[in-house]
Amino acid sequence: MSYTMQTPPDRDCPAAYIIYFACSQAVVCSAACFFIFQQGEMNMDLNAQKRAPIYTALERFRRQRVVPFDVPGHKRGRGNPELVELLGERCVGIDVNSMKPLDNLCHPISVIKEAEELAADAFGAAHSFFMVGGTTSAVQAMILSVCKAGDKIILPRNVHKSAINALVLCGAVPVYIDPKVDRKLGIPLGMEIADVRAAMDANPDAAALLINNPTYYGICSDLKSLVALAHEHGMLALVDEAHGTHLYFGPGLPCSGMAAGADMAAVSMHKSGGSLTQSSLLLLGPAMNARHVAQIINLTQTTSASYLLMASLDISRRNLALRGAESFSKVAGMSQYAREEINNIGGYYAYGAELKNGGSIFDFDVTKLAVYTRGIGLTGIEVYDLLRDEYDIQIEFGDISNMLAYISIGDRIQDIERLVGALADIKRLYSRPVTSLFTSEYISPTVAATPQRAFYAEKEALPIRSTEGRVCGEFVMCYPPGIPILAPGEVVTREIIEYILFAQEKGCSMQGPESPDISTLNVLKEGTY
Amino acid sequence: MDFWFSEMHTENVKMSIRVEKQLFSAQSDFQRIDVFDSPEFGRFLTSNGSVIFSEKDEFTYDEMIVHVPMAVHPCVRRVLVIGGGDGGVARELSHYEEIESIDVVEPDRLFVDVCRSYFPDNACGLDDPRVTVCYEDGLRFLRSKKDAYDLIINDCTDPLGHAAGLFTKEFYGSCFQALHDDGIMVYQHGSPFYDEDEATCRTMHRKAFRSFPVNRVYQAHIPTCPAGYWLFGFASKKYHPIRDLNAKRWNERGIKTWYYTTNLHTGAFMLPRYVEDLLIEEEC
Repeated sequence: MSYTMQTPPDRDCPAAYIIYFACSQAVVCSAACFFIFQQGEMNMDLNAQKRAPIYTALERFRRQRVVPFDVPGHKRGRGNPELVELLGERCVGIDVNSMKPLDNLCHPISVIKEAEELAADAFGAAHSFFMVGGTTSAVQAMILSVCKAGDKIILPRNVHKSAINALVLCGAVPVYIDPKVDRKLGIPLGMEIADVRAAMDANPDAAALLINNPTYYGICSDLKSLVALAHEHGMLALVDEAHGTHLYFGPGLPCSGMAAGADMAAVSMHKSGGSLTQSSLLLLGPAMNARHVAQIINLTQTTSASYLLMASLDISRRNLALRGAESFSKVAGMSQYAREEINNIGGYYAYGAELKNGGSIFDFDVTKLAVYTRGIGLTGIEVYDLLRDEYDIQIEFGDISNMLAYISIGDRIQDIERLVGALADIKRLYSRPVTSLFTSEYISPTVAATPQRAFYAEKEALPIRSTEGRVCGEFVMCYPPGIPILAPGEVVTREIIEYILFAQEKGCSMQGPESPDISTLNVLKEGTY
Repeated sequence: MDFWFSEMHTENVKMSIRVEKQLFSAQSDFQRIDVFDSPEFGRFLTSNGSVIFSEKDEFTYDEMIVHVPMAVHPCVRRVLVIGGGDGGVARELSHYEEIESIDVVEPDRLFVDVCRSYFPDNACGLDDPRVTVCYEDGLRFLRSKKDAYDLIINDCTDPLGHAAGLFTKEFYGSCFQALHDDGIMVYQHGSPFYDEDEATCRTMHRKAFRSFPVNRVYQAHIPTCPAGYWLFGFASKKYHPIRDLNAKRWNERGIKTWYYTTNLHTGAFMLPRYVEDLLIEEEC
């Protein structure tokens, strides 16, 4: 709708400048007023959280109309009209390089530094780093900061591949904890205290414990006890919180990494936090040396960090600090509503807090909407495909028994109705007799060589069925959800071969191996590792 | 004062209506609702900046979406209207004595309240004692209904707005399930003329065509719609919209109309070649 009563455009109106500078001054003054807000175990300065230093600096920069004789070469889009057409002028106009008024992510001293301090305050951390290489880069920075070649690190098998890739980079030795598997749902659960204690007792020289919390499916471990256990054993506690940004803003959600006293946490702001894809946060506890971590990050981080990503982190942090509690209680409400409606359809099982068992499922993240689909005789992958191909609904992933719909601050109740309606219609049109096949997705690995040694060892390709007993030279992941079945250095067993073939037949995308259809697998040449 | 309401029909085509006065404006949980008085179209209501109906041309689609199925189905007792919170469809249905119940499902309470205040001639349809208004999401309402209705009318007009769920495979599937074995569903099918609208129109037909054994499309001329041209869908489990038309019976009812006639009924299913072609392409 438009009315033809015109107001002059903002940029030609001198009044807009005056108001703008008046506002920015007011913000500086009000920063002096200290206001403490109690939320969970965090105290943050809410008044300060209203600031967004990178965003403000970019706005100021945009109005200055500086003539660019620096990179990027598209020069505010003028050199690439098709890009402007796609992304819009405002977007390409702030795709700029580091410069004096905009700070530099490699060595922040002004607006980025201030934005990182605000993020640290919002998340209850001693220090925070803006990350522009995805949460992969945050997870890898955690591991590379605490492990060097030969150091042991204790981690659950259901870690993201980014963690195992970090071991390839640094030469550390993985000590895997079997996550328990729910036999019915076929999903890996949290870490149990007894298992972790046993691993620590057997490997007292380990440098760190990595905890994956919450899992993709919303399963949470007893984070506080795990962190305490690590500290008792003189180990650092790292948390992969790729699916847990919202835990920091509650209310009533499971404990977050920083609240549990963890030493580092990798937080995927772009998942539940609302920032742009590929932007992420690395949080540090008080025991960490931030300058050392900064050095580690700079080993692999770009020297041309995108201001689109950094500004999105800045704005999202502000939004979470000011409105996160309200947003996430709405998200939890929508997920709960969806769970009830889906369970009313019959056949499906949308699971929630009732799964809690005090151990491997210590807590449950109620914002997650994971649904067991085998009750209507379909795999999660089949439901995933039907939703996308027949109902124009894209969900996060499907595995052999479950599907996961990602509910976030961007959702509306009418979209939830569509998802529920589609699931009801899928049951009506496509359900099959329930078959009981395959109960587990977890196969305990046997590590014969470190991931790094295996990665660089000489290899030979063998037909997959002839690889039994050999040491694998590459990753085999089942996507989604991207948990390794085999990592470099692990022994190939008959059970693993059968599982790969089955998952492939069920339509999982198998990634990692050089041979795209996994007809052959690269194994280590005997005597080369 | 030069005061115009404008709606972009495409990026490059704008329809403007001279406005005398804006009577109402508010944002509900679902949409922004505005009401205007205009010299040419009388009073009209917009949702998120799109005209939903005007006093001058609302009779066209209220009549076309009600009388077409009613002249085909031999005995309609239970009717479900999805959307239709303005009451225009219920008003047309109230002419039929054999109807026992009319459920109107409208998620947006504000929409109904605004129509009651500013469009009493439409909203009077909601006062018929057979009408029950349910303030609920249409998809959710339908989910639990099985073998419950003779006729379902989807009165929502905007397949891209807050009612997008009512133009989906799951909606058509839910309707199929909620209808008796000889039930009929009619729905707003959009305008086929402009490129972007054409794509929506195609998707809609592809989904509905696969959900019901009988599926035909019919047309009407509605000036405030994009290109002034609008389509409706007729989906049915048993009755054919032309072969099963009982013109004699309908004319004996003596219902006063301004647009619909039983001659026009048959004619409305005779589509221009380009529309016929695009529909057939989606049926393969």
